[in-house]
Amino acid sequence: MNSDNLHIRNARLIDPSSDLDQTLDLYLADGRIAAIGTAPAGFAAARVVDASGLIACPGLVDLSTRLGGIEPELNAAVAGGVTSVACPPDTKPPLDEPGLVERLVRRSERLGLARVYPIGALTQQLAGEKLAEMNSLARAGCIAFSQAKHPIVDTLLLLRAMQYAATFGYAVRLRPQDQFLARDGVAHDGEVASRLGLSGVPTAAETVAIATALQLAQATGVRLHLSRLSSAAGIALIRAAKQAGMPVSCDVSIHHLHLSEMDIGYFDSNARFDPPLRSASDRDALRLAARDGVASICSDHTPVDADGKQLPFGEALPGATALELLLPLTLQWAAQSRLPLPSALARITCDPAAVLGIDAGSLRVGAPADICLFDPSEPWRILPETLRSQGKNTPFLGYELSGRVRMTVVGGRIVFQV
Amino acid sequence: MHNPQLNANGELSHLLSIEGLPRDVIVHILDTASSFLKVSARDVKKVPLLRGKSVFNVFFENSTRTRTTFEIAAKRLSADVINLDVTRSSTAKGETLLDTVDNLVAMHADMFVVRHAASGAPYLLASHLRRIGRDDVHVVNAGDGRHAHPTQGLLDMYTIRHYKKDFSNLVVAIVGDILHSRVARSDIKALTTLGAAEVRAIGPETLLPTEIKKMGVRVCHDMADGLRDCDVVIMLRLQNERMNGTLLPSAREYFHCYGLTQEKLRLARPDAIVMHPGPMNRGVEIDSDVADGPQAVILPQVTFGIAVRMAVMGILAGN
Amino acid sequence: MTTNPMPAIELPDAEIQCAQLAELIRPELRPDTLLVGIHSGGVWVARRLQRLLDLDTEIGLIDVSFYRDDYRAKGLHARVKPSSIPFDVEERPLILVDDVLYTGRTTRAAINELFDYGRPASIQLAVLVDRGHRQLPICANYCPWKVVLDPSQELVLSTDADDRLTWSLAEHA
Repeated sequence: MNSDNLHIRNARLIDPSSDLDQTLDLYLADGRIAAIGTAPAGFAAARVVDASGLIACPGLVDLSTRLGGIEPELNAAVAGGVTSVACPPDTKPPLDEPGLVERLVRRSERLGLARVYPIGALTQQLAGEKLAEMNSLARAGCIAFSQAKHPIVDTLLLLRAMQYAATFGYAVRLRPQDQFLARDGVAHDGEVASRLGLSGVPTAAETVAIATALQLAQATGVRLHLSRLSSAAGIALIRAAKQAGMPVSCDVSIHHLHLSEMDIGYFDSNARFDPPLRSASDRDALRLAARDGVASICSDHTPVDADGKQLPFGEALPGATALELLLPLTLQWAAQSRLPLPSALARITCDPAAVLGIDAGSLRVGAPADICLFDPSEPWRILPETLRSQGKNTPFLGYELSGRVRMTVVGGRIVFQV
Repeated sequence: MHNPQLNANGELSHLLSIEGLPRDVIVHILDTASSFLKVSARDVKKVPLLRGKSVFNVFFENSTRTRTTFEIAAKRLSADVINLDVTRSSTAKGETLLDTVDNLVAMHADMFVVRHAASGAPYLLASHLRRIGRDDVHVVNAGDGRHAHPTQGLLDMYTIRHYKKDFSNLVVAIVGDILHSRVARSDIKALTTLGAAEVRAIGPETLLPTEIKKMGVRVCHDMADGLRDCDVVIMLRLQNERMNGTLLPSAREYFHCYGLTQEKLRLARPDAIVMHPGPMNRGVEIDSDVADGPQAVILPQVTFGIAVRMAVMGILAGN
Repeated sequence: MTTNPMPAIELPDAEIQCAQLAELIRPELRPDTLLVGIHSGGVWVARRLQRLLDLDTEIGLIDVSFYRDDYRAKGLHARVKPSSIPFDVEERPLILVDDVLYTGRTTRAAINELFDYGRPASIQLAVLVDRGHRQLPICANYCPWKVVLDPSQELVLSTDADDRLTWSLAEHA
């Protein structure tokens, strides 16, 4: 059906990047947004979609999606209205070879589902010992560099990595977690872990790493993004750095916006995350940071098979399937926080697009025609069989959420529709 | 939240932790245990309660001692006892747990007594049994990681009740490596549930869990302060690997600061009892003079432990 | 369960029945005879027999909870009272005392438990009432009152404020 001209009629268009929130017609042509409101001259729609009662927003942009199986996960992405995903380099093998990056880009392009933006390894094998070929990786398609969850322990090497990335203007993304303080930890070092006898990850594991990263970023001038913040103290450091004018950004996972250490309940391995779910007051600080726009929201989509979760809590693999829950959980957070829909959608569209430096997350005329069309009030129950992702584990299993994607358009092509 | 220890009728189906046990359930177990204590003193130390039932001792962590007490308890209830010493392979950790369980269920197991190095492992087992529709198979936690050792907690409560009758005026001091101790967690929860007047946790900060005060205890860093006027002293075992210099400088310094000697014990009430879950490290956490002294009730704890485990198994198997 | 006056049966005085039971036992009593009461009604009756028969020896108490055959259905819920047999039963004549003889299952459980204390020379059974509907080949050696009741009815022995034994009849739905 290629990029035929598409006319989406009567949708409530919400585009946080252009402060648009109005019920208008949307015209797509040649893979781009051709016009809003009135049809451009000579526009002949190959297809007209009646979107009365639905919301059309830019396709969601996700800062961290682990792919596992590429096709099912990209199918899950478009089913969740996600049209651009950034993939961390801790694939097997890690993304430290231009050839691997090219293959990933080619495979995803062939599928023609969500757009895939690889994040290259900052060091070879993510071992934190030798710099990766960042320039070659960037030419192969990497848009930033990170260590995924493998920290660089050697701070001199971290400094060198930032200097080298800054040379070419590449962004560096770090997961702030001091590996010594986090050693053996499987849950927030607090009341619940103490009661359940689980090894704790203290908040200091995050703040120490943030402080180090900020100091080195300041020294090198690198553009720094800190991923998956989990604590109030961590957010406070980012706020202070931003206030001081540092070019730093951060994100929080959608799980950490909704859950706390209490959700571990009786050792529910679906509530095992890395970084761990922290206290309720930490969660509140994260919600505030997302509300204020200090942090973007990411899915932290990590499909884990059943065997990886059918284990005692501490031995279970961390992470959850999330691409298909990103939109409804963001809507729920917005409703609970009394946040206007456009501001909430900014955290999963234009904000992360800006972090990634990609042309996405906007409904401006001329922007790529990546659209998420959803019914904001349609309820659906999260069940293994309703998820397209191969990962079926989420702490929200059995929950009823509202907000269901009806159609997803990537580059003017309808890639998902119910 | 669904309490995984209770069945649809609100009866105790598994014993996984003291946490989540209502006070009257704890008292019922202790009362039942006192009846079983008489059975153990008889000529024929056996009752036919679990005749024909199969109790599997599944120990993923070696402990001949605890396993033996469960074995004796089950045998005194006339159950058939099968011991499995499942040594954990490094590759197939948790799969082994649920695979083992599926196999044993297929062999018509009626009860599992489980010890595992990972906190929460018995919960995984109980929820698995629920998922496969075998709620009739019972799980007894014989110690999971640092989390819980509920039968030890119950036998400690039995011992305290035996010597002190009532909990409401009691000051209980728990001394040592509380961070790594499942016994301490079970004791603290049981004591607060039964309404002990004060529970003190004594040890260096490196051996105390974060936010331990939220468990309802008073933290003391000094033995003299912590032992003063207390009625019960529970000493915890200090594992050798804790003394490698990362948590404590040395066994010698630990004994000096936190080892129980007659001299320190004199600060407690004259009728204070001294307990220890065993096995003891003499000269590390407790002096031999105290361990063998008149205030020690460490051997009665062992005797009571059999009766308490009989009570737990007897009650579970009937629900 | 409600107390129902409906069936017009006369409930006798349980204290008088204890005296009658004592007189039934007295001729057969041997110097080394021991009484064992089954918890809880049988223990009350046994204490009265001990007094009426002027026995010097202590009575034994038995709680059959650990020996019941309906454990699978009923579990271990009620407070179990410890059994206490404060004498050597070996080669002694025992009289097992209960308040009501019904299915015979309690008696069976009690006999089994007694054998775990040793090998008595003999065991006889004394009850206040035999209410019929036996399910096992068991009969009482001493029994002052025989009555046939419907299975929906339950004869309950209890002590009143003056510590007198009294019968009541309960009806099960």
